[in-house]
Amino acid sequence: MEMYLQEVGALTMRWVKRLSREKFSMLFTLFQPMVFWLIFFGNLFQRTANTEVVQAPNYISFLAAGVVVMTILNNGLAGGVDLLFDKENGFLERLMSTPISRTSVIMSRFVFVMTITSLQVLVILGVAYLFGVRPVTGFGGIVVIVLIGLLFGVGLTAISMALAFSVKSHGDFFSMLGFLSLPMILLSTALVPMSAMPGWMAALAKLNPMTWAIDAIRPLILTGWAAALPKLGIVVIVMAVFDTICLWGASRAFRKTLG
Amino acid sequence: MRLTVAPLAIEAVHLSKKYPGGTTAAEDISFEVSAGEVFGLVGPNGAGKTTTLRILITVLGPSGGTARVLGMDVVKDATKVRQAIGYVPQERAIDRFLTGREHLELLASLYHLPKAEAAGRIQEVLALVGLEHKADEVARNYSGGMKRKLDIACGLIPAPKVLFMDEPTLGLDVESRLKIWAHVRELKARGITILLTTNYLDEADQLCDRIAIIDAGRVKAVGSPGELKSSLGGDVVTLTLAQSDLGKVEALAQALKSLPGVRAVSTKQNLLDIRVASPEASLPAILGAVNTHGCHLEFVDYHRPRLDDVFLAYAGRRIKEE
Repeated sequence: MEMYLQEVGALTMRWVKRLSREKFSMLFTLFQPMVFWLIFFGNLFQRTANTEVVQAPNYISFLAAGVVVMTILNNGLAGGVDLLFDKENGFLERLMSTPISRTSVIMSRFVFVMTITSLQVLVILGVAYLFGVRPVTGFGGIVVIVLIGLLFGVGLTAISMALAFSVKSHGDFFSMLGFLSLPMILLSTALVPMSAMPGWMAALAKLNPMTWAIDAIRPLILTGWAAALPKLGIVVIVMAVFDTICLWGASRAFRKTLG
Repeated sequence: MRLTVAPLAIEAVHLSKKYPGGTTAAEDISFEVSAGEVFGLVGPNGAGKTTTLRILITVLGPSGGTARVLGMDVVKDATKVRQAIGYVPQERAIDRFLTGREHLELLASLYHLPKAEAAGRIQEVLALVGLEHKADEVARNYSGGMKRKLDIACGLIPAPKVLFMDEPTLGLDVESRLKIWAHVRELKARGITILLTTNYLDEADQLCDRIAIIDAGRVKAVGSPGELKSSLGGDVVTLTLAQSDLGKVEALAQALKSLPGVRAVSTKQNLLDIRVASPEASLPAILGAVNTHGCHLEFVDYHRPRLDDVFLAYAGRRIKEE
């Protein structure tokens, strides 16, 4: 166990060092494009969006939950990128030739991506705060929002790493990510409530785990614990199923590559 | 005759690797490496050298056969094998955002070295490859030769008894190559067993105590470069005929084979490789035959067998023909 912690600790610190060496990348990682969705998209639709439909005092406070989950989605799906480069330049093989547990590299990636995601969620909530969005459940609510982010992020990061290990080239990897992420966002309740969607889109949105994460986070920001609790119960179940499927699929891909 | 008193460092027994879809990367690979030897897997790209090496360092499972490193099975005792060996990969497997020292610190942690021991080991390997003054610079700023030195330093962090090097000088300039060769000799002098792959025959000749010639996934011959060269039996006379004589090459080859003192003749377009017991005795007769067949000589070359002649003899083609 002590050895495992030494391995995962050293590998996680490598990701931290890499990030800190790339000053711009670090800046853009923390204040990433998702902030623009909140600031520009949110303000752009502030007057167009019907507050009766979105059931919120204004569009930005409705959108905040959506942008939080979009951040989690993007981070999770990009979580495997660094492993992809490690695989391509032989660094991964160097790591695997050392007497480490076969799961250490993957675990270090989970720890790193989850930490960054949590920080980003806080940044998004902070920017939302500047535009007057005050989560009604307060500090406790923010903690729960971060926990939901972790639950969703684990499955996404697993998919991304599995993809990184399975694809033939990094071109394939990035085109698949691009292909996945936009429909995931549009077929969810990130931008509009389900009641405002055409029936067929609402049906698809119900199959999207992202919808359930948003629907649990939104009442934590807008209405309060009483409305949020049943949604929280559902999101835990949905994420348990989602994560199980992702981790199971990913572990097959890992075993194939890492032995 | 090689005495088998020295304990075996590496033992490959009928190793094979087949991929789903039918590609066979290695077939029936067997060889033994004694402790303290520098052993080379020699062959062209795609011959199966790297596949064999990856099986030995436990990152690739064999589809058939077994292999032992220091007596430990590479499949069943994989973790123990990993702890005992060092690996210098073919690609410059360097993280360009980390400094040289950070690479070594990372690896020291992965080999579970205690902090104090790690610090000492890192100083030692940096000094050995001559990278101390650049240790705290990010690897992005390293030259190709420096990256290679860092690769070697990384491979030495576990203080390995056996070091695996995949194409240690591929793509390096002459000066860097010579430095890497010097390091390999230094490591051998320290008692480390080294298995390296190379497609440079001069490298195999200079560095290796023994080599296995590998082509198309199979071992074609095993022995010391000297043994292999003398096994060809004699020196080599190479005739280059004028292009206009292409049609006469076969007839001339037949005639040469019947000459006394000629052991073998092989042809390739307008080239004839003739193996002779003694060039002084055979050369006049060879030139006589060229004249009788009305052939025009463009070039005559005579040399003691080189390793590329060995490769040609065992693999049936020259290594650079791809």
